Amino acid sequence: MEATTYNYKVVRQFAIMTVVWGIVGMLVGVVLAAQLIWPDLTFGIEWLSYGRLRPLHTNAVIFAFGGSGLFAVSYYIVQRTCQVRLWAEKLAAFTFWGWTAVILLAAVTLPMGYTSSKEYAELEWPIDILITLVWVAYALVFFGTIVKRKTKHIYVSNWFFGAYILTIAILHIVNSAELPVSLTKSYSAYAGVQDAMVQWWYGHNAVGFFLTTAFLGMMYYFIPKQAGRPIYSYRLSVVHFWSLNFVYMWAGPHHLQYTALPDWAQSLGMVFSLILLAPSWGGMMNGIMTLSGAWHKLRTDPILKFLITAMSFYGMSTFEGPMMSVKTVNALSHYTEWTIGHVHSGALGWVAMITIGSMYYLIPRLFGRESMYSTKLIEWHFWWSTIGVVLYIASMWIAGVAQGLMWRAANADGTLTYSFAQVLNTMYPFYGIRLLGGALFFSGMLLMAWNVWKTARMGRVVNDAAIPQAVLA
Amino acid sequence: MDSGTLGGIVTAISLAVFIGIVWWAYSKGNKQRFEDAGKLPFDEDTSPAQQGDKQ
Repeated sequence: MEATTYNYKVVRQFAIMTVVWGIVGMLVGVVLAAQLIWPDLTFGIEWLSYGRLRPLHTNAVIFAFGGSGLFAVSYYIVQRTCQVRLWAEKLAAFTFWGWTAVILLAAVTLPMGYTSSKEYAELEWPIDILITLVWVAYALVFFGTIVKRKTKHIYVSNWFFGAYILTIAILHIVNSAELPVSLTKSYSAYAGVQDAMVQWWYGHNAVGFFLTTAFLGMMYYFIPKQAGRPIYSYRLSVVHFWSLNFVYMWAGPHHLQYTALPDWAQSLGMVFSLILLAPSWGGMMNGIMTLSGAWHKLRTDPILKFLITAMSFYGMSTFEGPMMSVKTVNALSHYTEWTIGHVHSGALGWVAMITIGSMYYLIPRLFGRESMYSTKLIEWHFWWSTIGVVLYIASMWIAGVAQGLMWRAANADGTLTYSFAQVLNTMYPFYGIRLLGGALFFSGMLLMAWNVWKTARMGRVVNDAAIPQAVLA
Repeated sequence: MDSGTLGGIVTAISLAVFIGIVWWAYSKGNKQRFEDAGKLPFDEDTSPAQQGDKQ
């Protein structure tokens, strides 16, 4: 017999863990920001040293917080826009427990110092294998559900999720090719500049397909739903999708400007990064213009504020990124705090805010309610986050430009004007402002946790939601 | 054929395919079908209270 309900259980599990991992990952970020001001903050305990906590922070916010959010929304959206229950639900349950196991293993091994030393892919080979198994299961569940869909068309969000699932599979397998020498140590299969290029082909496309494409899938569903009107231009979304796919893959070399990478490859990375501005802004306008004729909703609806502000930060960081890939700009910005500011404008402003907004839409529905326990708290969360991001990125811009200019300053005889320690000393006030901004953003997540807790207590657990009859007919 | 020529051919084909996709997305004949697709998230709309669990 055909299922007449949607599977909300796995969606709910991932949605709750999104909030939990968001708090954990961002707390580690706050600790790291404080360590840069007070290096002895963690009493010299090696497990809590900066070098070990840093990969824990990046892995936790990207793959635990962002990843769980993506599992939740992709399972929700694929069911609701295909109007069928998830295919292979046991596999879906495996993706939840498997992904959670990966996160817990990361939380243990990274502080212990086990690392493959590849940025955003630090986890050692046994965990890499587990990730691969979970990802294959994810692909089967997702594409299996698409195959048995009731609708004629595959909604654009699902195209974005599909591209993300396929590309991440390829990136993970190629970049994680490594030679194990023991259970906890392996060496990359690549050497020298090839290793660097594979790493940043992976790293940049993790940004492109994990942190951009997938969250755009989120945007293309939740902005229309929350605004109560279809996406501004569906045809533009089709072009947005394909142009991102054609262009993103080639932008990776911009992470290696002025290195041993051949000059032509550096220029190629720069040119493709500049081209990327077009699809990125096309997508941003498509999201924001969905509100045209309904702008007044922004005044009263904090969820919509989250979603639309996220689009604004997406636009800002996708303008900043191409600009920073220009070699002459990169000569100033690379290795400075500016890069950190840019990353967080994207990660907090775009990725976290679109996720938070989507979760505020999603979570009440998973507990059989019309809305969250408190809309007022969402409003507070929105302002704390927004002020937090602005403090964070503004301080890092100023710090980064100052740092770049001081590093390159030279005296008439060719010696450097400033020592490294002098430059570091200049950073302190900005590190302080960044800590404040980060702490504010983190505190917003605590408001969210309280709001989610109260919503869950007042609602009831919905494991199976009825597929609307009108649609089945 | 050296890798440079091959790269050039692949680039040209990719560009042609991309222009084809843009043409396809914006062609008159497909207008209705894409507008319908854009309404997909609303085809199933019911308020959350109406779609609770089956117990």
